[in-house]
Amino acid sequence: MKFSNIMATGGEWLRGEGPHHQIVISSRVRLARNLRQRAFPGHAKKAERMQILELIKPRVEELPEMQDSFSELLQDLSALEKQVLVERHLISREHAAKGVGSAIIMNRRQTLSIMVNEEDHLRMQSIRSGLQLKSAFKLVDKVDSTLEGKLDFAYDARLGYLTACPTNVGTGMRASAMLHLPGLVLSEMINQVIQAVNKIGLAVRGLYGEGTEAMGNLFQISNQTTLGEKEEEIVARLSKVIETIIEKEHDARQMLIQKKPNTLWDQIGRAYGVLTFAHAMSSKEALNLLSIIKLGVDLGAFPEDRRLPIDELFIDTQPAHLQKSTQQKLNAEERDHLRAQIIRERLRVFPKPDISKVARESENGSAPEPHNNE
Amino acid sequence: MLCDVCKCNDATVFLTQILEGKMQKVNLCDACSKEKGVQDPTGFALADLLLGIGAAEEIEKGAPSQKCPVCGFTQADFKKTGRLGCSACYLTFAEGLGSLLKAMHKGTEHVGKIPLRASREIELGDRRRTLTQDLEKAVAEENYEGAAALRDQLKQLEHEKAV
Repeated sequence: MKFSNIMATGGEWLRGEGPHHQIVISSRVRLARNLRQRAFPGHAKKAERMQILELIKPRVEELPEMQDSFSELLQDLSALEKQVLVERHLISREHAAKGVGSAIIMNRRQTLSIMVNEEDHLRMQSIRSGLQLKSAFKLVDKVDSTLEGKLDFAYDARLGYLTACPTNVGTGMRASAMLHLPGLVLSEMINQVIQAVNKIGLAVRGLYGEGTEAMGNLFQISNQTTLGEKEEEIVARLSKVIETIIEKEHDARQMLIQKKPNTLWDQIGRAYGVLTFAHAMSSKEALNLLSIIKLGVDLGAFPEDRRLPIDELFIDTQPAHLQKSTQQKLNAEERDHLRAQIIRERLRVFPKPDISKVARESENGSAPEPHNNE
Repeated sequence: MLCDVCKCNDATVFLTQILEGKMQKVNLCDACSKEKGVQDPTGFALADLLLGIGAAEEIEKGAPSQKCPVCGFTQADFKKTGRLGCSACYLTFAEGLGSLLKAMHKGTEHVGKIPLRASREIELGDRRRTLTQDLEKAVAEENYEGAAALRDQLKQLEHEKAV
C-alpha cells in the first residue's frame, strides 16, 4: 500500500460510527513490548537498532492482520508525511522524530499500527471509532499473542512486561479514549471533571497526548498505571468512567439548552458566521469553532447528514493534511488562508443553524435524555 | 512531615524542582505553598515528569558505581533520561526501582497477561521443584528404585525444556 492510499482513505475511526460516537471520537489501546537482553531503542546504538528492526519488522509484516499493509522505514518518510500520520494518531510525535532504525507498519483500515523502535522495541496500537476499548484491546492482544511465539519478549514473573520507562512496566498497556466535551467546557464544569478523573488514577490530556493543549474541546482520557491491575480490569474501569463522563456531558448540554440558551445559540451562530466568511484561520481557531458546529449537529441545529463533512474538516484542516492535499509546502500565513478557503467551500452548502429544531426536539424528548447524576 | 518553610504546620504540598541541573525537594504546608505560589493544580498533570525526577533520586540509593552488565547503562544515564537501558536493568537496579514502582503504580506485582512461553517455563519449574523434592525424599528413605525413576523423569523434563 502506498502513502497516497492512506491520504485517500479516511481510515475506519475517522468515519465515526462506533457506540457513543457523538461524544467519543475514538478508542485506542497500545501495548509496549521489548526483546529480552537487548538495549532499548533510546540506549541502543544505531547498528543495534537496525539489527532489532531486522528481527521485528518481517515478523510484523507476516501477521495475518497486516495483509496489504503500509510498511515504511521512518527515514523514507518526509517530515510532512510523518506529520500526517501524527495528525491521524497512527504514530506518536516521538516516533515522528525518529529516523534510521525505526519503522511503522499499519493495516489498510488504519485500525492497527505498529511502531518499531519508538521508546520501546514494539509499540502496537489498535484504534477504533467511538467507545470500543474492549474490542480495541482484543485486536491488539491477539496480535501480541501471535508475535510472542516468534519473538522473545522481555517478561519478568513479578514485574510483567519490561519497558524502557518504568511508568509502563507490567501490562505495558495504555488504553485511551478521545472525548469531545463542549458542553462541559461551556458550562465551566470541565475542571471539576478533570480533577475527579485524576483523583482515581486516570490521566486527562490534550489532543496529541502528553503535554499537549486541549483544543477543539477534545480530551484524551487514559489509564495512568500499568502494574498491579489486569488488562481487562483497566479497560473495564476506564470504560465505566468514560460512560459517566458521557452522562455528565449530556447533562451539561441539557443544562445549557434550558438555562443558558442565549449563550449556546450565540456560540453556534458565531462559529457558523466566522467559519462561513473568514479568510484566514489558524488550526486552533478552526478546531475550536468546528467543535461548536459539531455540538450544533449533535443538538439538531444542523441536519444529521452534515455530520460527516464537519468530522472530516477536523482532520483535513490540520497543518500537515492541508499541505499534503495541495502537494506543496506552505508558510503559516498561506496555510491559514487555505484553511479558511477549504472551510468556506465545504460550508457553502451548509444550512443556517435552526434553533427552533433544538427546542422542539428537547421538548418531545428525542434529544438525549437528562441522566441522573448519582 | 513538617513544612520546610514555617516548620510548624504539616506539609501537604510536595514539590520537586530542578535548579541548575540539581534536583531539590521541598515540602510545604497549605499556607506557605499559597504564599510561594506553587499551589497550581495543573502542576499535577506533570505527574509523569515528576515521577521521572523522583526516580532519579530513588535509584541513587543503590551502589553509586552500579552498571548494567548487559547494556552498560548507569545510574547517571537513568537520571538524565528517566528511561532504563534494557530489560536486565530492572534486575541491576532492582533495589532503587522497588520503591519507585510502588509510588508510581497501583500494585507492585504484575497480575495481567502472561506470555505462553513464560507460563510454560513456570509450569516446568513447578514440576521440576516437586520432582527434586520427591527425589531427595526417596534418597533419604533409601528408596533407590523410586529415586531412579524420579531421576529419569527429571531428565525428561530438562529435555522438554530444551525443546
